Amino acid sequence: MELPTPRGPLSEALFAALRSTDDFLPVLAETSGASVDDGTLCLWVLHQLHYREITGVPDTLEWDPQLLRLRALLEDDLERRLRSRFTAPTGLSFVVDFFDWVDEHDGASLAVHVHREATRDQVLEMLRERSLYHLMESDPTAWVVPRLGARAKAALMELQYDEYGAGDPNRLHHHLFALGMEASGLDATFGVYVDDASTEILEQNNAMTLLGLHRRHRAAALGHLAAFEATSSLPSRRMVQGLERLGFPQELVGYYAEHVEADAVHEQLAVRTIIGAVLEEAPELAEDAWFGAFTCLDLEDRVARQMLDRWGVRDERDVA
Amino acid sequence: MSTPYDHPETIVCPGGPMLLRGRHVVGDADGVPHETTRPVTAVCRCERSASLPWCDGTHKVLPERLRPS
Repeated sequence: MELPTPRGPLSEALFAALRSTDDFLPVLAETSGASVDDGTLCLWVLHQLHYREITGVPDTLEWDPQLLRLRALLEDDLERRLRSRFTAPTGLSFVVDFFDWVDEHDGASLAVHVHREATRDQVLEMLRERSLYHLMESDPTAWVVPRLGARAKAALMELQYDEYGAGDPNRLHHHLFALGMEASGLDATFGVYVDDASTEILEQNNAMTLLGLHRRHRAAALGHLAAFEATSSLPSRRMVQGLERLGFPQELVGYYAEHVEADAVHEQLAVRTIIGAVLEEAPELAEDAWFGAFTCLDLEDRVARQMLDRWGVRDERDVA
Repeated sequence: MSTPYDHPETIVCPGGPMLLRGRHVVGDADGVPHETTRPVTAVCRCERSASLPWCDGTHKVLPERLRPS
């Protein structure tokens, strides 16, 4: 992928240093006082070093100690902001009470808007921003696999195996999204639309990588996965109907249709076999699992509200 | 540790579907056979899915008395 356009002094300094492989210590000085948008873009780029090649940036920088220091500062800041929004539920069992809790905490929905009201241009705008995640769907969760005990590891792989097409690349979810984008006239090259992405979209992606990359966040990563899956099946049905209403191609409709049935399975696996196994082994991780689940719903709510506000959508049905 | 882990072919989810591991043929209400296509499949138990015989999450929007036990 290409480096994005900088959004402030910190990303200006970081991207210039990445290109020249200059000493990164002067960049660290820019972190204090950087805007959330600027810092969020920098963290997104530093995370991408772990996933893919960035044009003009040496691969060896993935594990450069000074860059890792910068990543840690930005991740600490992100985690502080995410935790400040979270209150742990009391007296609830994750496995028993999770779906009711999601029902109570689910926020604004882009799928509701796409279903009945959205224009074709709004959907294209949404697809461009969503592509930052959907073109690497499930990858952040893959970091979690080696950090789990036997039962939870086998259970997570059972779900991930399906996400990655059960051995068939033609069924791999992020490949299905790429096919849907191309059929809709969009560029499916990873990261090509990052300059269009809101801070909220970038933060949503950063949160998933933050939780995936750190062993101490393994239960939060899986809580996030559970909430993500539990808010996918029914909205994906609405997406299918909305995209058909607007005449989008079958390849894109097919991506969402796949998620109706797949995620009806995955939400059950995530809660019962994956997190159920993690919490049986380590019940003290329950609060982390809730933190991840809350972060997923909270960020999706913020992403959706930001996009609906941008489109001037005020209808209560769209933000119910 | 030496006891094998429980790994059932079916898991009944309270209020939701039945999970089915592996390849199976499931008949719908009209007796039409449907083959499973994924490693684990969720079979509808509320009978209100739009993708019968598979679960599509519809049970979650039903009042509790209409959800399968």
